[in-house]
Amino acid sequence: MRTEQEEIRLMKGNEAIAEAAIRCGCDGYFGYPITPQSEIMETLMDLRPWESTGMVVLQAESETASINMVYGAAGCGKKAMTSSSSPGMSLMQEGLSYIACAELPCVVVNVMRGGPGLGTIQPSQADYYQSVKGGGHGDYKLITLAPASVQEMADFTMLAFELAFKYRNPALILADGIIGQMMEKVVLPPYQARMTEEEIRRKYPWATLGKLRGQKQNIITSLCLLPEEMEAVNLHLQAKYRQVEQNEVRYETLHCDDAEYLIVAFGSTARVCQKAVETAREQGIKVGLLRPITLYPYPSEAIARIAGRGRGVLTVEMSAGQMLDDVRLAVNGAVPVEFFGRLGGIVPAPDEVFEALKTKLIKENV
Amino acid sequence: MNIIDSANLVYRKTPVMTDLTMHYCPGCSHGVVHKLVAEVIDEMDIQDKTIGIAPVGCAVFAYKYIDIDWQQAAHGRAPALATAVKRLLPDRYVFTYQGDGDLAAIGTAETIHACNRGENIVIIFINNGIYGMTGGQMAPTTLDGMKTATSPSGRSVPLNGYPLDMTKLLAELDGTCYVTRQSVHSLGAVRKTKKALRKAFENSMLEKGTSVIEVVSTCNSGWKMTPDESNKWMVENMFPKYPMGDLKDR
Amino acid sequence: MKEEIIIAGFGGQGVLSMGKILAYSGLMQDKEVSWMPAYGPEQRGGTANVTVILSDERISSPVLNTYDTAILLNQPSIDKFENKIKPGGSLIFDGNGITRFPDRKDIHIYRVDATEYAAVNNIAKMMNMLMLGAVLKIRPIVEIKNVLKGLKKTLPERHHHLIPMNEKALQAGAELIVKL
Repeated sequence: MRTEQEEIRLMKGNEAIAEAAIRCGCDGYFGYPITPQSEIMETLMDLRPWESTGMVVLQAESETASINMVYGAAGCGKKAMTSSSSPGMSLMQEGLSYIACAELPCVVVNVMRGGPGLGTIQPSQADYYQSVKGGGHGDYKLITLAPASVQEMADFTMLAFELAFKYRNPALILADGIIGQMMEKVVLPPYQARMTEEEIRRKYPWATLGKLRGQKQNIITSLCLLPEEMEAVNLHLQAKYRQVEQNEVRYETLHCDDAEYLIVAFGSTARVCQKAVETAREQGIKVGLLRPITLYPYPSEAIARIAGRGRGVLTVEMSAGQMLDDVRLAVNGAVPVEFFGRLGGIVPAPDEVFEALKTKLIKENV
Repeated sequence: MNIIDSANLVYRKTPVMTDLTMHYCPGCSHGVVHKLVAEVIDEMDIQDKTIGIAPVGCAVFAYKYIDIDWQQAAHGRAPALATAVKRLLPDRYVFTYQGDGDLAAIGTAETIHACNRGENIVIIFINNGIYGMTGGQMAPTTLDGMKTATSPSGRSVPLNGYPLDMTKLLAELDGTCYVTRQSVHSLGAVRKTKKALRKAFENSMLEKGTSVIEVVSTCNSGWKMTPDESNKWMVENMFPKYPMGDLKDR
Repeated sequence: MKEEIIIAGFGGQGVLSMGKILAYSGLMQDKEVSWMPAYGPEQRGGTANVTVILSDERISSPVLNTYDTAILLNQPSIDKFENKIKPGGSLIFDGNGITRFPDRKDIHIYRVDATEYAAVNNIAKMMNMLMLGAVLKIRPIVEIKNVLKGLKKTLPERHHHLIPMNEKALQAGAELIVKL
């Protein structure tokens, strides 16, 4: 195994995910090519981790197969992941519902592109509903992390595995074409060894590694025909989600202390908004930025608290306004909540955001 | 005769089977095939090394009856799960247990690609030409003219296409090493099926590729016949379309 | 220090790799850097472009409306980006095939005939390095030694013998600048 410790590199977000996956001891990646995230599997195939750490990398016949391979691997207590972009994510929703119900830890990356349908390969954030409102059937949640830099692509790969195993729940990295394709400086984490089977048996006694003599059989399933039992399964999941909501909310604020106006945006859009905030501040307008890092669980309390002190909120997304619902729920009518978005693969420009801030929010309050 | 004396024992259920009463209809082939799988696991002494993948269909509860570690897959996806399990645990015996709807309709892609990659797994394919669990609807393997809940006047080729011989198709793939078609309607047939299963499980450690065992089966509830009538009907109607024997053994 | 740069041209002119070398040089000089390509079908035919930002501070938006410096290698790029340069900024263009020359009065405009020089000297693949040499002479945002350090890091070992040739191209490019 390679022994390099922390390392500074210039790389694409997609490449950073691949590097971080190997370094955090991932056991298996299963994927299907789709733009703008194909570099993840390409990088893995290029790095040949099966020769260094023993990690398995397999190109599946579809996203449906990929997510079910992840199910199989995760069922064995292994660190398994897949990645895709929006249309492929739609195909994975079936598998995610099963994985969530069977309580399997795994990491899924969605480098969003513009939809609906085959759409465009340009960046988008229009899979927010699908990601945090349960894209598949049934009452389930994915722990959803929204990276805004290449560094976070690497960091969140590790964090996602950590949270997935902590809660036995799938974790989603919800990125977009910008973060996937852009290159930035990134500090890569040191290598961590993959878990041995003995460690897996000790830490995850539910894993199907083969029933040892004298032990009970392990069954990974999402089937429960009796409604009373199925309700109990659901109540257990809901209790777990409350724990997640209590412990795992993450967000970042910028210039919020004295902010009269608040912009809420996630992922690369938050970076664009940061530039707009800089411009506004130069002109003496007191604007702050709140960037949710976890989209589920959502930083509702922080938004309510900061927005409540000010005069209005602008939500900016590369969608028709999806996270907007959660911002409005958080603010609960305390101040006006306005929206600015670009659709179908168009990235809002910093000056557009600044204009929207002035015309939609500030003007209305003057 | 003292029947409790172990010296007088004539039959002993393999301990790899659990003591649960099966939910299968009387006369159903699943119970027999389950027992054969359990016996092979027992005789090969691989209970601690075997991971089964259960399908969606009547055999969805296979995990209740065979006392090994199991994963239960979404409809049709068992070969994808098995692929990952075997790749990550290459010294384990991994098998899927699937019906005709699961393997030959909704899971066609996963089945063909697992076989084409030559995954070192065993695929057990129960083909009774009907969807048993959902109440007797038409399957891809339903014979021409055969009546089902969704082909009440009989399967019609112009409307529904031809019965799909999936096993023949899988035998064509370079990734499969052993493809055979068996049944469990007679003592002789049961013995042959068990032999085939044993061979398939042994193959999975030889890195030869995928082993596929189709068991042409009955569904007396779905076919609306007695178990005995079902067996006769199967021999007369299913066997001509799905003939017994090895299609491939390399 | 913060420099916001757009590099644009036809696919195949080395637009993305010039950006990459610039970004890597920035990294060698302890700058924060971002490299954001317009990816996808735009890369094939049409205009390829990449936004490169070098800064002492953490970089906010990797996509921009306006730029400090534009390096424009064909007519469509000049048409698209001339008006997006900040007043006082620089437009550096390759004169090859240009029919409508940039004419803004509130920016600095430089012509660098790197394509022609590369063709005459039979070093077509060095065109983007000639251009980069000129750019760094006009806007010394990174030191040449860090460009070479970056090249050493990014090029596979088997191509390291090309580094002296790249260095020469950087120097030659610096001599091709014509201020308009």
